Amino acid sequence: MFKILTKKIMVPSIKLFEIEAPLVARKALPGQFVILRIDEHGERIPLTIFDYDRARGTVFIIFQEVGKSTMQLGAMEEGDLLLDLVGPLGLPMKEERDKKIVCVGGGVGVAPVFLKARSLYENKNYVISIIGARTKNLLILEEEMRQVSHEIYITTDDGSYGRHGFVTEALKEVLEKNRPDLVLAVGPVMMMRACSEVTRPYGVETLVSLNSIMVDGTGMCGCCRVMVDGKVRFTCSDGPVFDGHLVDFKELMSRQNRFLEEERIASERFIQMCRKIERCDN
Amino acid sequence: MPTQDQEKRGRNFDEVALGYTKEQAIEEAKRCLGCKKPECIKGCPVEIEIPAFIELVKERDFLVAIRKVKEKNSLPAICGRVCPQETQCEELCVLGRKDEPVAIGRLERFVADYEMENSSQPIDYSPQSINGKKIAVIGSGPAGLTAAADLAKLGYGVVIFEGLHDTGGVLRYGIPEFRLPKWIVDREVDYIRDLGVKIEVNVVVGRTLTIDELFKDGYAAIFIGTGAGLPYFMGIPGENLNGVYSANEFLTRCNLMKAYLFPEYDTPIKIGKRVAVVGGGNVAMDSARVALRLGAEEVYIIYRRGHKEMPARKEEIRHAEEEGIIFKILTNPTKIIGDEKGWVRGVECLRMELGEPDESGRRRPVAILGSEFVMEIETIIIAIGQGPNPLLLQTMPSLGLTQKGNIVADPEGRTSMERVYAGGDIVTGTATVISAMGAGKQAARAIHKDIEAS
Ligand SMILES: Cc1cc2nc3c(=O)[nH]c(=O)nc-3n(C[C@H](O)[C@H](O)[C@H](O)COP(=O)(O)OP(=O)(O)OC[C@H]3O[C@@H](n4cnc5c(N)ncnc54)[C@H](O)[C@@H]3O)c2cc1C
Ligand SMILES: Cc1cc2nc3c(=O)[nH]c(=O)nc-3n(C[C@H](O)[C@H](O)[C@H](O)COP(=O)(O)OP(=O)(O)OC[C@H]3O[C@@H](n4cnc5c(N)ncnc54)[C@H](O)[C@@H]3O)c2cc1C
Ligand code: SF4
Ligand code: SF4
Ligand code: FES
Repeated sequence: MFKILTKKIMVPSIKLFEIEAPLVARKALPGQFVILRIDEHGERIPLTIFDYDRARGTVFIIFQEVGKSTMQLGAMEEGDLLLDLVGPLGLPMKEERDKKIVCVGGGVGVAPVFLKARSLYENKNYVISIIGARTKNLLILEEEMRQVSHEIYITTDDGSYGRHGFVTEALKEVLEKNRPDLVLAVGPVMMMRACSEVTRPYGVETLVSLNSIMVDGTGMCGCCRVMVDGKVRFTCSDGPVFDGHLVDFKELMSRQNRFLEEERIASERFIQMCRKIERCDN
Repeated sequence: MPTQDQEKRGRNFDEVALGYTKEQAIEEAKRCLGCKKPECIKGCPVEIEIPAFIELVKERDFLVAIRKVKEKNSLPAICGRVCPQETQCEELCVLGRKDEPVAIGRLERFVADYEMENSSQPIDYSPQSINGKKIAVIGSGPAGLTAAADLAKLGYGVVIFEGLHDTGGVLRYGIPEFRLPKWIVDREVDYIRDLGVKIEVNVVVGRTLTIDELFKDGYAAIFIGTGAGLPYFMGIPGENLNGVYSANEFLTRCNLMKAYLFPEYDTPIKIGKRVAVVGGGNVAMDSARVALRLGAEEVYIIYRRGHKEMPARKEEIRHAEEEGIIFKILTNPTKIIGDEKGWVRGVECLRMELGEPDESGRRRPVAILGSEFVMEIETIIIAIGQGPNPLLLQTMPSLGLTQKGNIVADPEGRTSMERVYAGGDIVTGTATVISAMGAGKQAARAIHKDIEAS
């Protein structure tokens, strides 16, 4: 069992947990993720390691409530126990040194960018961060990202904070001004695809961290397969970080929708159950 | 052996093969000649003293009989259900020369089930005094469980590290509930825990821990039983369309994650009205029968060779046929066809004919030119085999591997690395539960011998 030590509500639909998991904390590196299961009936939920504290033996995750499992997770409190947690899974990101690197995070995707940005910053790279959200009060980790960036750009789709527009527009501006060695983009598939398209004409290497649907996360089932450079790769064991210019995003987006119908049934059922419980409580 | 009603069983996940009653078991046991030089034992990789336990069944001493079995086999209820007895112990039974061999597997299943129902106390094994040495076992499939049980009986402190959240390997995530109920796996794994074995789930060796760290931690030897868990795909167009599963994904969702109970359980599975399973082995039969139970209206097995060449057990093929699975033999898929939204709509196949025997001794299938045809299908399950999962092996550059990526080990499980042993599917490629168990047993013996000698 894995205890939730700290819970923090970042914005109403995005939460942070600090979880006791000494074996995972000992090994975690930027780019890796965990898979957790809430209870006996739960599915295996992949989440990026947002941060870790080796001394305390804990890992941090930040997740957005998008469906049944993440809503149920979000309802858990400090002191509650998760049934299973395994990791660190996936391959760590390659280390870089003395380079100029742009880190782009969109929405909850800022969370998986943070650890990478910090390690790049600590390894003497020049870090330019671009973080964005739909609107001001959905923006997360601004302060944290500032501390690990030499330059930072903030965008909101509705212009309520920072620059008006998408992260891709800021990215284009940065590419025009600078000649970065590497771009790292993490967020919704649409956003990662758009970023890869923006950098392609500039010929700047662009890494993306894919969030394919997974089951085991150890290369056993092939559920997470994606086409990269015309070859079948498993996101969990060959990735999750891949060269964005070579990923077949169209196929990935289609594969993300495999279980929409079932996901809807599960969420509706969960919301109804919560309503019933609330009624009993009153 | 009695089976569940054919009509009903194709739609539920209850066990298909029902066990013997006491009387049936005794009747069957009486047929055994109690041979002085029993041939049957030679066919059992874990060396059960078959005539001795059958004699005890005759005498109605069922609880002593199971003790006799468990001296050699720690997973009897599982083996009694899934061993391919017809090519193991029963193939060599002398009665089989003229008549039916003794139903050794069913008797084994009977005594194991009898014990579960009639004694709450696990049989006291009185393991020898702990000798102060500890062994790490990687993987809790049949190979790992057997190696661990035998080492614990020899007095070692054994820890099994399992990557998934539950034990059993293929017994848990591959073989479906209606062939091997999961409560039986639980009970037999509990028995192994009772022998003193510690099982740590959620530990992927190669990621969470490394082999070097285990040695630093003081483990005297390591046994690798990580199985053949890498799904193969066909490499034909359309394989990533929505509605195409590897058998591993399909079965794992259903068995390990209990997707057949969705939405009671959270993991979803989606099944079309018409399902095609590609392959002719046990995995294909299991996938087809699961698809049927999930509500598919028509389920096809597409296999490129002939009926005779199918590697699945005869009994499984018969059960599948009885349940209404349709066999499309001498048929090879060449392309999966999708709609504009990325979902499978059909599969294009070629008809085949049998040519000369190939290196496996089976006649090679040859495509008939111009014989393409399309089947309307919504779900495709690819069950053409599995390879060794490279995740752990990539972290052990000095471990000798075969060209296919399996670990090279001698018959007793010694690998190219000192104090590292291996057995089961990771060494042989996909084989059987009992051969993996036999390998676990051999390796446990070798580990003990080598430690004693050093
Ligand atoms: C390597 C990796 C790292 C991730 N890191 C984060 C993170 O740090 N923070 C975060 O908020 N989210 C992260 N995700 C996404 C997260 O796993 C999904 O949001 C979650 O599984 C959704 O489950 P649900 O039941 O709440 O929603 P559902 O209603 O079941 O699904 C909503 C959407 O989430 C995706 N999804 C569903 N099931 C899975 C699954 N088993 N595996 C992957 N995706 C799925 C699908 O695209 C689906 O349409 C990550 C995913 C991967 C693969
Ligand atoms: C669907 C299906 C049906 C079958 N039916 C039959 C049958 O009826 N009769 C029969 O005799 N055989 C059958 N087989 C074959 C049989 O199940 C296998 O040969 C047998 O399970 C192999 O045992 P194993 O211990 O070598 O590996 P596995 O059973 O594969 O177990 C390996 C275990 O190691 C774990 N693992 C892998 N990598 C790591 C790691 N890095 N760290 C920690 N843990 C790890 C895995 O999660 C798994 O639990 C079937 C196989 C399948 C897939
Ligand atoms: S374990 Fe398998 S091979 Fe051995 S006696 Fe039992 S059924 Fe036969
Ligand atoms: S060979 Fe057959 S008859 Fe002889 S002891 Fe074995 S099971 Fe009994
Ligand atoms: S999630 Fe199963 S292979 Fe990647």
